[in-house]
Amino acid sequence: MEEKALNESEERYEPVERYEPTPDVTADSRLREQLERAWYVPTGLIGWFSVVDHRTIGKRYIVTAFCFFIFAGLLAALMRIQLAVPNNHFLGPDLYNQVFTTHGTIMMFLFAVPVMEAMGIYLVPLMVGARNIAFPRLNVFSYFVYLFGGVMLVTTMLLNTAPDVGWFAYTPLSGPDFAPGKRADFWAQMITFTEVSGLAVAVELVATIFKTRAPGMSLNRMPLFVWSMLVTSFMVIFAMPSVVTASAILLLDRLVGTQFYNPAEGGDNLLWQHLFWFFGHPEVYIIFVPALGMVSSIIATFTQRPVFGYTAMVISLVATGFIGFGLWVHHMFATGLPQLGLTYFTAASMVIAIPSGVQIFCWIASLWRGRPRFHTPLLFVLGFIAIFVLGGLSGVTLASVPFDLQVHDTYYVVAHFHYVLLGGAVFPLIGGIYYWFPKMTGRMMDDALGKVSFWVLFLGFNITFFPMHILGFEGMPRRVYTYPAELGWGTLNLIASIGAGLLVVGGVLLVYNVVRSYTSGAIATDNPWNADTLEWGTSSPPPVYNFLHIPVVEGRNALWDRSEEQPVVVGIRSDCREVLVTDVMDAEPSNKCSYPEPTVWPFLCAVVTSLFFIGSIFTPWSVPAAILPLAVTLIGWFWPKSESADAPGVRKPLKDAA
Amino acid sequence: MNGRTRRIVIAAMGAILAAGCEREVRPFQDVSASSSRSQKPALTQLFPGGQPAPSADESPYQNNAYAMAEGKRLFDAYNCSGCHAHGGGGMGPALMDDQWIYGSRPANIFDTIIEGRPNGMPSFRNRIPDQQVWQLVAYVQAMSGLAPIDVLPGRSDHMRYSTPENARRAETPKLTGHP
Amino acid sequence: MTRLRICLVVIAASLVTACGGNQAMFNPQGPPARSIASLGWLLLTVCAAIYVVVIAVAAWALLRRRDDADGLPQTTRRLTTAVIAATGVSIAILVVFTVSSVFAGRGLTSPTGPGAITVDVIGHQWWWEFQYRDVTPSDFVTSPNELHIPVGVPVHIKAMSRDVIHSFWVPNLHGKRDLIPGQVTNTWIQADTPGTYRGQCAEYCGHQHANMAFVVVAEPRDRFLSWIGQQRQPAAEPQSDEARRGRDIFLQSPCMMCHTIRGTTAGARLGPELTHVGSRMTIAAGTLPNTRGHLGGWVANAQTIKPGVRMPPNPLDPSDLQAVLTYLRSLR
Repeated sequence: MEEKALNESEERYEPVERYEPTPDVTADSRLREQLERAWYVPTGLIGWFSVVDHRTIGKRYIVTAFCFFIFAGLLAALMRIQLAVPNNHFLGPDLYNQVFTTHGTIMMFLFAVPVMEAMGIYLVPLMVGARNIAFPRLNVFSYFVYLFGGVMLVTTMLLNTAPDVGWFAYTPLSGPDFAPGKRADFWAQMITFTEVSGLAVAVELVATIFKTRAPGMSLNRMPLFVWSMLVTSFMVIFAMPSVVTASAILLLDRLVGTQFYNPAEGGDNLLWQHLFWFFGHPEVYIIFVPALGMVSSIIATFTQRPVFGYTAMVISLVATGFIGFGLWVHHMFATGLPQLGLTYFTAASMVIAIPSGVQIFCWIASLWRGRPRFHTPLLFVLGFIAIFVLGGLSGVTLASVPFDLQVHDTYYVVAHFHYVLLGGAVFPLIGGIYYWFPKMTGRMMDDALGKVSFWVLFLGFNITFFPMHILGFEGMPRRVYTYPAELGWGTLNLIASIGAGLLVVGGVLLVYNVVRSYTSGAIATDNPWNADTLEWGTSSPPPVYNFLHIPVVEGRNALWDRSEEQPVVVGIRSDCREVLVTDVMDAEPSNKCSYPEPTVWPFLCAVVTSLFFIGSIFTPWSVPAAILPLAVTLIGWFWPKSESADAPGVRKPLKDAA
Repeated sequence: MNGRTRRIVIAAMGAILAAGCEREVRPFQDVSASSSRSQKPALTQLFPGGQPAPSADESPYQNNAYAMAEGKRLFDAYNCSGCHAHGGGGMGPALMDDQWIYGSRPANIFDTIIEGRPNGMPSFRNRIPDQQVWQLVAYVQAMSGLAPIDVLPGRSDHMRYSTPENARRAETPKLTGHP
Repeated sequence: MTRLRICLVVIAASLVTACGGNQAMFNPQGPPARSIASLGWLLLTVCAAIYVVVIAVAAWALLRRRDDADGLPQTTRRLTTAVIAATGVSIAILVVFTVSSVFAGRGLTSPTGPGAITVDVIGHQWWWEFQYRDVTPSDFVTSPNELHIPVGVPVHIKAMSRDVIHSFWVPNLHGKRDLIPGQVTNTWIQADTPGTYRGQCAEYCGHQHANMAFVVVAEPRDRFLSWIGQQRQPAAEPQSDEARRGRDIFLQSPCMMCHTIRGTTAGARLGPELTHVGSRMTIAAGTLPNTRGHLGGWVANAQTIKPGVRMPPNPLDPSDLQAVLTYLRSLR
């Protein structure tokens, strides 16, 4: 194998000084050289498109998702300016409708789910002791499909073609009669982009978690964050096909003239709602469950004790994932469905509070018995508790049909879901950014500035969204571009808009902290927080091969339970990309497998797929036209490598690998 | 990136934005379309010198999806379908074919609606505002596919009466001068 | 402590202001709204109490003084018992919530009673059509954007839509019900006190969803019946020359292409019926008071008031506009 350029993290990485106290060439040094050669990350322009390394792709995903977050946040700021006073003329109805639809769409599809999956892409292989994520080329494909879909949607905003039908796009408003032009088609096809990408990542995560864990990491020794990503991935696999179906048949209705949503010809408008919300409810748990995993990681580290009640926590995560599929009709309580059915969904929507409650109680117990260290990540987790519990309780009230019939589609619901999504997912995410930033970049973020940004965000959030509960009680509906003065909603709206300004300030502080720390933050050691999960057992940032030696895990807290003479995996080749595959339950080694080298074919396939998707917005001929180019790129992708004893995918039985 | 690249990128973005979506504008009140066009259109294809007079071929809404959708709504709302059905004709001539008695140019269609025509077409002068007449003109053209395909309406939310406009073959208009 | 007190006062004040007022769910004026408001108070007070307890326990857990007994197995056992107890309490509270919701919901089924009436609610983009049917079709009454109901009797609502999904919602009287094209949904309202209650569309329906409101007028039964009788009459004959000129202009303008005035040749059903427009409290779907000035602005150019609405601008000569306004305001 010829020499390849080393990746950029080499600049801050001095192998001899960090790991080897003696300058002698030892077996470890030779191993390091071989692994660096085998797992190289290419540079240069072509190299940038060929990288299959999960950490690089994960970082790209995170940065891209936060760019979308900032864009959608600015859209929200525009909305709050328009709503600050009654009868405002800052945004007309058409522009406001595009802005609120795009804000919701970007936040839900282009930020919240991808960023959680991105944290999984980066952290899960490290946490389970693997050298890369499973299906690395699919990972590249999923990133570029996501990027192109997101860029497509943002571009529509510049072309007056942004969707204006709400992020949930109910028919017939989004149908061919009432949504002229291509706005709704771009929305529907963006769904296809993001769901293809999301499904791909979910599949990779499940395979990584089930089959490539380090030996000794049985299921009941997996970190809670890994459990949360596993549950999330299964939810993605079962939920996303529903919305892809819904949007695909909406496209068919609009482009080709099918009658799925046309009651006059035997279709039904409620079909859209069922299909959409069957996805839409698990979607919010897809966003929320990874955050629960992050909270567990942060609480364990910042109390220096394992989280209380591991088994209860795991069962709660899994229960949330299952029960989350039985709630979707609570978004449709006002549609006149029969009462017995609605009663079932009330009960299910109440039941899902129980696993979440158990988790909160276990975390409080963890805080009780540990020794809290009040760094920024823990502050964000405490903010999460304060905000999410309120949001969860308002959710419990929404489960009640009569109460929901009054507050459905009002600002009470807006308050509720911002409490659970911003408080329940984004606050832990930001805490996670502060927590894992040293691991990802090798530098610490500024803790003092972090605490300031936390308080600004916490105060700004509550000032913005708490008054909205009251606005809902006062009868203010959602999705309105203005409101009359005589109803007295002006004061609370103005307060909310001022709070939104504070949120912008907090966001600016956060971005500033990230940028400044990236360039000039304090250098981070391997494990600056003294955490217990495996990613902290390698350098910050990790080398291209993640771990010099794959450890054999000896307990639930991989680093804290590590013995003096920790056993490591031997018998896996280090001169090529060979990995150890273990079995699902107990991570017993089962076989070896080869991972692919960097390749540009997944990127090309993503380009062809994107052109195919965008073309099918305008003409059904795009479908047959795409077959040949897709086939070409897929053949290039899957073309078998040269025949040798180490052909990729060949499984060799093990003699002894532990 | 250097200055030249930056200028090229900005120019390209400007071009995209400018192209941008005459299709998607929502002209709620369009002053230019609210005033009648400046000259009456010719009812023939013969012109000395071969060129028709200017301004007879302008339709303010030929590339505007919102206006075309409004035209489709108004076509049913103002009961045009009472005589023309949904393009197939009945008491009135078919509108989705290639036979145009009084001309297929936008100003011809505008005139037909405003002036009325012999043998049963009412005059809608002062009954339908000019902007709405132009929307109807755009839709009448759409019925025989005479508009860009991404602007044409799709299927309606009523019982299916014919192929959706965006699936119809574009007809080549023939001026017939007689029903 | 003072800061905490200030916070509590602010929260209490905002809650109190939420209670009063038109279009507020905690200002119920009829049995279904009252039942929902009571359920709402139960849910909110219990949830507020739970929140305070959870935050207090979390704060105590964070800030308490640590001691060496924390690592002992009996501490873990005590914590386990605490978590299980808290879970049990949560389950019990959720059961109470579920049962009370189900019972409240069952109490909201549409009742019948002497004097109950049925009103058809037809949603359009972006106005409401309320239709009172009768045995004799020529006695149907159509009242756009203003729903009159007799006080103290259930009013059965049959909700339909002509275009997209809307939602009929009068918070003072009941929860909302969606209007879904292709089907008929049912709800009911009842007002026990005479008064005027504002309602608003509560399902995003396009450009002017924000301005699709209506007014419910609850009045004693005899006043209601006389209102119905008056609405059944065709349009009043214009009494002045200007009003007559206004009627002529109306019938020769785009107005007659969309609006009905019973008793004249204007019979189109696209826009709201104007037979008794002078008697309405509001125009433009509940968003403008019915005054001469507002009506003039609306007729002249509705697009400047509600951009995107279906009514086109009407550039009439000033004297013609005044004549039309005189005529319309005479239609009581």
